[in-house]
Amino acid sequence: MKPAVILFPGSNREHDVARALKLVAGATPSVVWHAEQELPKGTDLVVLPGGFSYGDYLRCGAIAARANIMDAVRAHAQRGGLVLGICNGFQILCEAGLLPGVLVRNARLRFVCREVVLRVERADTAFTKAYRKNDLIRIPVAHGEGNYTADESTIKQLEKEGRVAFRYARHDGRIDETDGPNGSINGIAGIYSEKFNVLGMMPHPENYIEPEIGPTDGRALFESLAGALKAA
Amino acid sequence: MNLIPNTPRITPELVAEHGLKPEEYAHFLKLIGREPSITELGIVSAMWNEHCSYKSSKVWLRTLPTKGPQVIQGPGENAGVVDIGDGLAVVFKMESHNHPSFIEPYQGAATGVGGILRDVFTMGARPVAALNSLRFGDCHHPRTRRLLAGVVAGIGGYGNSFGVPTVGGSVGFHKRYNGNILVNAMAVGLAKTDEIFYAAATGVGRSIVYLGSKTGRDGIHGATMASAEFGADAEEKRPTVQVGDPFAEKLLLEACLEIMQAGCVIAIQDMGAAGLTCSAVEMGAKGDLGVDLDLDAVPCREAGMTPYEMMLSESQERMLMVIAPGKEAEAEAIFRKWGLDFAIVGKTTDTQRFVVRFKGMVEADLPIKELGDEAPEYCRPYVETPRRPVIGPVDIRVTLSVADALERLIASPELCSKRWVWEQYDYLIQGNTVQRPGGDAAVVRVDDGPKALALTTDVTPRYCEADPFEGGKQAVAEAWRNLTAVGATPLAVTDNLNFGNPEKPEIMGQFVGCVKGIGAACEALDFPVVSGNVSLYNETNGEAILPTPTIGGVGLIADLDKAMTLDFKASGEALLLIGKTTGWLGASAFLATICDREEGAPPPVDLIAEMRNGDFVRHLIHDGIATAVHDVSDGGLLVAIAEMAMAGQMGAALDGAPEGLDPYAYWFGEDQARYLVTVPGGQAQEVLRKAGASGIVAAKIGKTGGERLILPDDRPIVVEALRDRHETWLPIYMGAS
Repeated sequence: MKPAVILFPGSNREHDVARALKLVAGATPSVVWHAEQELPKGTDLVVLPGGFSYGDYLRCGAIAARANIMDAVRAHAQRGGLVLGICNGFQILCEAGLLPGVLVRNARLRFVCREVVLRVERADTAFTKAYRKNDLIRIPVAHGEGNYTADESTIKQLEKEGRVAFRYARHDGRIDETDGPNGSINGIAGIYSEKFNVLGMMPHPENYIEPEIGPTDGRALFESLAGALKAA
Repeated sequence: MNLIPNTPRITPELVAEHGLKPEEYAHFLKLIGREPSITELGIVSAMWNEHCSYKSSKVWLRTLPTKGPQVIQGPGENAGVVDIGDGLAVVFKMESHNHPSFIEPYQGAATGVGGILRDVFTMGARPVAALNSLRFGDCHHPRTRRLLAGVVAGIGGYGNSFGVPTVGGSVGFHKRYNGNILVNAMAVGLAKTDEIFYAAATGVGRSIVYLGSKTGRDGIHGATMASAEFGADAEEKRPTVQVGDPFAEKLLLEACLEIMQAGCVIAIQDMGAAGLTCSAVEMGAKGDLGVDLDLDAVPCREAGMTPYEMMLSESQERMLMVIAPGKEAEAEAIFRKWGLDFAIVGKTTDTQRFVVRFKGMVEADLPIKELGDEAPEYCRPYVETPRRPVIGPVDIRVTLSVADALERLIASPELCSKRWVWEQYDYLIQGNTVQRPGGDAAVVRVDDGPKALALTTDVTPRYCEADPFEGGKQAVAEAWRNLTAVGATPLAVTDNLNFGNPEKPEIMGQFVGCVKGIGAACEALDFPVVSGNVSLYNETNGEAILPTPTIGGVGLIADLDKAMTLDFKASGEALLLIGKTTGWLGASAFLATICDREEGAPPPVDLIAEMRNGDFVRHLIHDGIATAVHDVSDGGLLVAIAEMAMAGQMGAALDGAPEGLDPYAYWFGEDQARYLVTVPGGQAQEVLRKAGASGIVAAKIGKTGGERLILPDDRPIVVEALRDRHETWLPIYMGAS
């Protein structure tokens, strides 16, 4: 496994995700500055970390989506390479056209940092093999603009193709949009690209990996990646 | 070069507008032997105002204990530095941004956070946690909601984007803050003990470099504003509030740490209050050097800025550094990479003069020591706050049952859950937050562990108003207790002293009383003050805030496995009360909330009992005997039990009040030096025996289990229902679901 974490000015969860990759997947990622043109040779996973790239000025992720390195990330995705965007990373992926739709201001108009329950929608992707379908996992969110929205036909298509990765759920597994932390359509917390090699998600699995800190339901995501890339 | 001709002329009105008293101006005239230029007047007003010079408070601050084997740097630098072993130090400080936050809550609070973070990373430390202590006016006051919403959004907006977890704090309401809210922000960072950076410049002829954002016209006279009472025109002072840019600050952090690592930095000072003036003067004065500034080189946001404006601007996210000889190019390359401004704006000299040049003219030429560390100081007259009578239970009439009173208290503005507030702060970023907001103290792991820091902010303004000395002691004791309750060894404190107008002897009396109390407690508990901030003139139209000396406490947990939480863990455990209960209702939350009476002397703080009881509880935690620990404070015993029950979603069966104690006094009295501890049922006797042998008052008062709190002779209280009430007051108040 050879991960690369992209560093934009204003990224701030790059250390968190690097620690998760190291502790869970045993891989120390290279950190790639946004102004670079190319990814390190042999990169098999690109991570766009959480944060406030360019201060979230203009529109979340909009400026970062136009950074030099994003052409290389796009090419990597087109080749079928794995890309994981968390929080601001998800916003950047949407702005860069690697994922459809957009993340707008939370329905309650406030930043929210809270543990939520996610339902794992499928367990057959490179990101989720170590989970089971319909697992209910505890993962925190920390965002002001995580309200996923897209036009009706896009949502229909995502649902039809099974591209919703995680949904905000109640403790009993039911989905109720009004219960979620941000008002996302259909409780969407994360989505895949058409080929399931790009995942964008608002919650932070990288903060729930160590038993001495708290719950560890985020580990399986990094275990899945390690497994997928070892097999490849 | 020549000194600039003196236009405009300095009139007494101009002097007064700058907040200088006639006698201060006379002293200044004598010092320089001529009439000052307008820039010089601006500079001296910035340096000698209360906010920057501590002229009313210095003489008392000197009495505080500031030393200890753990202390690497006490007060006087950007932040305090305390050794935590293994070559690491914790760097921390708390600072107020009260006046600006009242005028413009979002930006005022945001820049307060930005300023205190800068203080910490200026010392070479990476910020690992932020806390805050907030006080707002009466919840029925029309302005309170807007101020609370704005301040919380501002704190979150800055801290979340910067990338520091906001892990703890407190929020209170009282009508005495109607015209002056309090926003005290604390930042905590980690550094290597041999890589700490200081403000004092060394070496003559070295480059002074300006770094960070450009200078604009914002915040001019902010520090002067914070050194006067508000009148009816407070809102008109909005232009004196700065605007924060957390994105720029995050870049500044990374760039500063990078050039420190590269060995480029000799001295560093952030531009906070009074901006370029204060930072340059402090660098020179502390290093016994002169400073020669060339304002033509200062990066400006707007064209046509005058020297006066440049010297007094409080634009945010700026730093001043003395660069190691020959390292200028390397430092500049690092700053350019992060997209930040870098300009050589002056040099150090051996003259001990502060010289400011602009367009070939000398705009200011002043003696630097007298501006800086030898600024005037006052021994202001004060009168001691009169003692209040002790109130006993016989003086109190209550119509509510104990259970009803608990339900009222737990859902009162003062004691309700503050989740609505702290969920707007990212408390998880950096992945080290072991204990989140809502417990006795936050716990943040140090790097990869096993060490952790325990952090808390505390003060009970009701007590300080009733008896400043006991109130000052209590603020320190409670911080010490909260750290102890999570299993930490208390290390040191930062203090943020918020008071009214010190020119009034009654207010000065409150200040002196609180400082004496803080000093006594810090001395007795071996808990030195290593940094702090004073905010005076928190008064509007003559009405002062409650005296509010906020204490930020830092403790060390040697092994995370030994950290403790307050939630009930298992059913059938013994609930023990450590410490003596007399049923002290004076100045209590019960008396204020249930009886609507703010009267009586506050509970006295027995510092010997504090130390003894706290050490005993810490041993119970370290020996693995205690399963839950909670400090008993605001609201008294039953509120503390309820908090443990709500956190653990588990009830308890409680014994009644001991013979001879009034039930209300027993359940809601606020005697100090007390803890609640749960232990497995079989170990209770042994713990009580040990306590007795150490001369500690301890008793078994109940047993955990079930879904309700069972009181003898009262209706049972369903924990889940209690929790609903506790959690919903604030969201409903703020008009959110």
